[in-house]
Amino acid sequence: MTDTTLSPETSPAAAGEPVKSKSLYALDDLTRKRNASEKRFKLYGLGAVLIGVFFLVVLATAIISQGIPAFTRTIVEVEFTLTQEQYDAAEKELFKTKAYEQFFIGALQGQLEESGMSVPFDAAAIERIVGKTGGTIREYFKANPGALGAPAAFELAASSRVDGYSNGRVTRETLTDSRFLEKSDLDIVDALVEAGIIKTVFNWNFITGADSGVDNPGGAGIGASVIGSFFMMLVVLFLSLPIGVAASIYLEEFAPQNRFTDMIEVNISNLAAVPSIVFGILGLAVFIQFMHLPQSAPLVGGLVLTLMTLPTIIISTRASLKAVPPSIRDAALGVGASKMQSIFHHVLPLAMPGILTGTIIGLAQALGETAPLLLIGMVGFVARGYPDGFITGFIEPNSAMPAQIYTWAARADYAFYEKAWGGIIVLLVFLLTMNILAVILRRRFERRW
Amino acid sequence: MSLFWLVVIVLAIALVGYVVGRARALASAGGDMRDLHSLPSYYGANVAMKAAVPAFLILVLWLLVQPFVIHSNISDMIPEGTIGEGSSLGLVMAEVRRTAEGLENAVAAGQISDDFARNARSDFTDITTRLKEAGQIVTSQITQPIMRAAQSYRIMLSTGNFYMSIVVLLAAIAGALWGIRETKADFRARNTVERGIQVILFSAALIAVLTTLGIVLSLVFNTVEFFRLYPAMDFFFGLTWSPSFSGRGGSSELGILPLLWGTFYISFVALAVAVPVGLFAAVYLSEYASSRVRAVAKPMLEILAGIPTIVYGLFALLTVGPMLLSVFGEDGLGIMKAGTAVMTAGLVMGIMLIPFVSSLSDDIINAVPQAMRDGSYGLGATKSETVKQVILPAALPGIVGAILLAASRAIGETMIVVLGAGAAARLSLNPFEAMTTVTAKIVSQLTGDADFASPVALVAFALGMTLFVVTLGLNIVALYIVRKYREQYD
Repeated sequence: MTDTTLSPETSPAAAGEPVKSKSLYALDDLTRKRNASEKRFKLYGLGAVLIGVFFLVVLATAIISQGIPAFTRTIVEVEFTLTQEQYDAAEKELFKTKAYEQFFIGALQGQLEESGMSVPFDAAAIERIVGKTGGTIREYFKANPGALGAPAAFELAASSRVDGYSNGRVTRETLTDSRFLEKSDLDIVDALVEAGIIKTVFNWNFITGADSGVDNPGGAGIGASVIGSFFMMLVVLFLSLPIGVAASIYLEEFAPQNRFTDMIEVNISNLAAVPSIVFGILGLAVFIQFMHLPQSAPLVGGLVLTLMTLPTIIISTRASLKAVPPSIRDAALGVGASKMQSIFHHVLPLAMPGILTGTIIGLAQALGETAPLLLIGMVGFVARGYPDGFITGFIEPNSAMPAQIYTWAARADYAFYEKAWGGIIVLLVFLLTMNILAVILRRRFERRW
Repeated sequence: MSLFWLVVIVLAIALVGYVVGRARALASAGGDMRDLHSLPSYYGANVAMKAAVPAFLILVLWLLVQPFVIHSNISDMIPEGTIGEGSSLGLVMAEVRRTAEGLENAVAAGQISDDFARNARSDFTDITTRLKEAGQIVTSQITQPIMRAAQSYRIMLSTGNFYMSIVVLLAAIAGALWGIRETKADFRARNTVERGIQVILFSAALIAVLTTLGIVLSLVFNTVEFFRLYPAMDFFFGLTWSPSFSGRGGSSELGILPLLWGTFYISFVALAVAVPVGLFAAVYLSEYASSRVRAVAKPMLEILAGIPTIVYGLFALLTVGPMLLSVFGEDGLGIMKAGTAVMTAGLVMGIMLIPFVSSLSDDIINAVPQAMRDGSYGLGATKSETVKQVILPAALPGIVGAILLAASRAIGETMIVVLGAGAAARLSLNPFEAMTTVTAKIVSQLTGDADFASPVALVAFALGMTLFVVTLGLNIVALYIVRKYREQYD
């Protein structure tokens, strides 16, 4: 049918029916509706992306705002001189530490007056703010008799509630009077802060120290568990990298096309999706129940995490082996290399940046993994110190960063929550460094064929 | 000889073998490398390989088999009658091992003499006190059979280790000598070494299979053990979960249904959050976003996937829980009692899964051929109509696969539910109530000093088995769908 066969009589306009707008400039209802739905759909999509980003921002804010206080601690700094006579007098008293405490309070009073403040306080209030000070002072002077007569500065840790007050965890409104801290003590604290006696310093102990007991949140540090994680990562690196690379080379270059190879491949892709807790059960049953390896040891943790990261490393290594063009292999074979030589001398070095990137990402995953560590006993153990040597570092019980964070989160004291957030910051700094390293490696060495 | 030194010595023998083999090959060709079949280093490597590989193989096998032999020998020594009421052979054996370790440590620390540890028959009554004095933890009064068993355990272990060192060293030396004897100018060293390397590569690939085998075996054995102590029907169809740790778990009710309900409920909430958000984000990023927006937004979403789950757990416990509580708790709607609830865990898990769903869907949407889009646009469809009527139907199987993978992730997730979902096992419809999951209960049953002979600890393996089967099933189906779908458009 062509235009000419259309008779004018059959055209709707001629029949006198209402004419639809033919103008391209005016939108009809349907188009408007379709455009509106188009716009809506696009907004949904944008909304979804924004929701994701919003969650990320909320998470980051929560971590940073609640974790930063873990890196500071509040100290009471008092400088005073103890003479030989005062020392002798104090040593004669029945309650020796009490006598030292009196010196401390006197010195505190003096320093307060010096800076023009006057707040009445008693020994009990001071004890609530800095704890019992006499013992520390006595020990100091007993250990260094030479310090007698010369001015000595004491940096004493403030109690955890004063610490909370200075970093905003405890406020005047939320504080209830108790034997730990009373509302009136906060006036003293304010005055001491103004006089520069109470101050906030960076908490090195949190980064280098070991875990403390349940009753001492202020002294808890993540250092020992960083070491535990480090030994675990050593095990993971030195087992999963060679095994992963060897397995990938076999599957990518040598494996015949048969059922058994298929089975291995299906196995690997399934292992990558097995819940991590199942690897924990495996570790418990095989390494601890069956082989009687020591519980809570970084060696066992490392073995479990190795099995867990192997699939990740194999998958990424195979991808980077596959990315090396066949011409490289052909050229090597062409000049007389054996197949093994062509792979180990040419293909593997070219694939190495990709393999290392995948390994670092796998290690980062393993570093943050918690669930399997709970089952092999890394949680019940309180890591109180560093391992003595290199070998004992592998077999002596220790904690690991995520397990330490979990331990703190499981304790009822709020002050430990702050430590847990702080621990997360440390953990994320490690993860971020590793990921950035991986990105740099990829950018720097990746070759496009 | 400690294991460490044994390994070092074997490695040293291999190294010496390498040097000797290389030199001998060169010498046999009169110092002219061109007369050799292979490069000289291959002759060295051949010797080193023959020294180290069989020795290490023997070492590993010995370490695996020795505990069995000792165990069966020792358990014959323990008379039936001495196994007390409510105890088992396993518990007695653990006691024996502990005592033997105590003896060993005490000897090492010099508190008791080796001779005393070997033949303390006459005065074994005070051995408990002497071990305790030596700082060794001994649980109860050591009875005569346990002491005897511990003594022979200790002796067998040390003789076993002694013979192991000898056999391993002999194997290493014999291997090295064999390799050296073979070394002649026309020996095909490269072919031998390469065949050896190929075997090593193959065994590395086998580790993946062994891991699966290990998982399955450790789950199956302990699960069977559990079902011997606790009826399977009650486990699979029981409606209450109340383990009792007293009386060796005799009065526990260990029904899995409340746990499964909690698991699926939380996973459902998580998917209800993650699937719409993830899917829309994927559609937006792949169809609408400019390349600059994409370059920023995609990595940001993927950061969410790289954050360890312990962080999400803490986030649920300390941020989301209290936040929900302030809205739905007693100050607000009054339907939430505590911060830990299905909603808390589900919401946070949903956030965790957003990037998982979005990046998988993104791949799948990008795999839909451009021709299909162009065809749709050519017919005058808008972008959203194209997405809804052409791309999504075409990508549907793949997206279903992605959702199944996300579901399997949600079911197997541990830290978020341990910290965010509460500990009470209940069957309830209220999403603001605390419930618990299979994974959380595995953790709580196995953390601490569980003895592996009681049903309350063994049940964790049955739970693990259930979890493994469910997630494996989901994964297999999902991977099958995804793979099949990918091939369709390749």
